[in-house]
Amino acid sequence: MKEILSLDHVSYSYESEDGGMRRAVDDVNFTVNDGEWIAIVGHNGSGKSTLAKLMIGLLFPEEGKVKVFLEELNEDNLWEIRSDIGIVFQNPDNQFVGSTVQDDVAFALENNGIPFEEMVPRVHESLAQVNMEGFLDHEPHHLSGGQKQRVAIAGALAMRPRLLILDEATSMLDPQGRDEVIQVVDELKRKTGLTVISITHDLEEVLLADRVIVMNDGKLMLTGKPEEIFAHGDKLESIGLDLPFAARLSRLLRQAGIGIQGEHMTEEELVNELWTSHFNK
Amino acid sequence: MLEKMIFGRYVPGNSFVHRLDPRSKLLFVFLFIIAVFLADNTATYALLLVFTLLVIFIARIRLYFLFNGLKPILFLIIFTLLMHFIFTKEGALLIDWKFLKIYEEGVRQGIYISIRFLVLVLMTTILTLTTSPISITDGMETLLNPLKRIKLPVHELALMMSISLRFIPTLMDETDKILKAQLARGSDLTSGTVKERIRAVVPLLVPLFVSAFKRAEDLAIAMEVRGYRGGEGRTRYRQLDWQLRDTLVIILFLLLVAALIWLRGGN
Repeated sequence: MKEILSLDHVSYSYESEDGGMRRAVDDVNFTVNDGEWIAIVGHNGSGKSTLAKLMIGLLFPEEGKVKVFLEELNEDNLWEIRSDIGIVFQNPDNQFVGSTVQDDVAFALENNGIPFEEMVPRVHESLAQVNMEGFLDHEPHHLSGGQKQRVAIAGALAMRPRLLILDEATSMLDPQGRDEVIQVVDELKRKTGLTVISITHDLEEVLLADRVIVMNDGKLMLTGKPEEIFAHGDKLESIGLDLPFAARLSRLLRQAGIGIQGEHMTEEELVNELWTSHFNK
Repeated sequence: MLEKMIFGRYVPGNSFVHRLDPRSKLLFVFLFIIAVFLADNTATYALLLVFTLLVIFIARIRLYFLFNGLKPILFLIIFTLLMHFIFTKEGALLIDWKFLKIYEEGVRQGIYISIRFLVLVLMTTILTLTTSPISITDGMETLLNPLKRIKLPVHELALMMSISLRFIPTLMDETDKILKAQLARGSDLTSGTVKERIRAVVPLLVPLFVSAFKRAEDLAIAMEVRGYRGGEGRTRYRQLDWQLRDTLVIILFLLLVAALIWLRGGN
C-alpha cells in the first residue's frame, strides 16, 4: 500500500485569549494509505479541524513533520501539493466563489492555469460525478445546502486530486443534504478509489470509513475499524460523542438484560439480531 | 416596491442586444453617453430619442415594463421639466396666467434636458437589463486590461466586483434572518422618531458585519486552498467572443455620431 499522508509526532498550539498557549494538537501520529477512507472524529475543540489545516498547509506544525505524497510540506512545494488535494469546508455558502455553478467548479482550474479547451470537459465531467450536471448555470442562492456542497466536491474533483478532505462538510446540512453528500462521496470512493479523510462529529458518517481516528483534547485517543471504535461506547460518550442510534439501542438492550450478541452498527443488523434472537434460545 | 425597480437589474433573454459581446455594449454605452452631448437642436434630440426607442425595440423589452420600472426616475425627469418651465425666462411669452409665466425657451430647454436625461437612463438600463452582472464584470476587466501597465489592479477589482455580486443575495437572506430574530426579541424598527429608528438599526448592522467578516475569512481560506494566488498565470473559464455583430454595433455608433454632427445647429 502506498502512503498518501503521514503525521509524525505533530504538535501545534494556538495563542489563547489570556496570552498563554493552548495545545490544539499534541504529539499526533498516523499514516493514511492510498485508497483508504479515514474518519477523524472528536468533539468541538478536540483539535480535529486544526489537523485539517495542518494537512493542507494553512498551518505549519511547531514540532514534528507533515508529509503529503511522501514529501514534507513546506512553503516551496505548498501550491503544488495543494493542487493534488481537494478540501471541502463546513459552510456551503462561504466557499462558493463563482457566480454560477460552472464558474465555481472552474475556479481551481483557472487558478492553476489549465487551458480553456481542457477546462470545459473537466467541469462537465466533475459535475456529472456529483450528479449536478443539470445545474451548470444555477446561481448559488438557488441551490440547497447539499447541492452547494456537491458543487464544492465537484470543484475539488476538477483538479483530479489524489486526496479529498471533508472538513465537517456535512455538519451544516439537513438530513437529506447530508445523505446526498455522503452518498456521492461513497460512490466516488468505490468507482475511483479516491483517498478520503472526513473530519466529522457525526458517528453515522464514521460507519462508512475503513479506519477511524478519535481525537480528544488535541491527542489521538483511539484508532481502529468502526466496529472496534464503537466497542468503546463508554469512552466515546465520556468525551461527548453520540453513538449511532443502533449501537446505542443495542447497548441499552444488553444493559437491560436482553441477551443479544455482539455490536450492531446499523439498524438492519440490529433488527436481524432481534427478530432471530428468539430462535437462538 | 423593490421588485418593480428595474434600474440595474438583469432580465435574461435572447435578442440581438442580449447576444452582443459585453465589451461592445459597454464601449457603446460609454461612448453614447459622451455623444449625447453633441445634440443641440430639435433634429438631433429627436434622432437620439428615436434611436433609443429603436434599441429598446431590438432588445425586445416591453415599453410598459421599462417605464413602469423607471417610475421613480421618470418623476425626477418631470420635475426637471417643470423647473425649466417655471424658472427659465427667455424667448417669447407662451402662457401668462396669474403668477405663472411660461416662456418659449423654458419649454425648449426643459424638453431638451429631459430627453437627454431620459436617453441616458434608458441606454444604461438597457445595458444592465440585457447583460448579466458577471458579463459586465468580464467585459470591464478585458476593456480595462491595458491599464494594468499603469499598475491598476484590474483583475483584483473585477474579482472583488464579482464576489460582491455573488454575495448580495446571501447577505440579503442573512439580513432578513437577523431582522426576524431581532423582531422576535421585541425590537421595533417601524415606529418612533427618526433618531429612534436609526438606533434600532444598530442591532441589525452589528451582527451582519460580524457575520460578513466571518464569511470573508472563510472565503479567503477556501480560495487559498483552491490555489488562488492573484491574477498571475491564471486562465479564464469565461471566454468573450467578439463577432461581426459587435463590429456592426461600433459602426452603427460611428454613423450615429456622423448624423448628429451633420444635423446639429452648431455654435
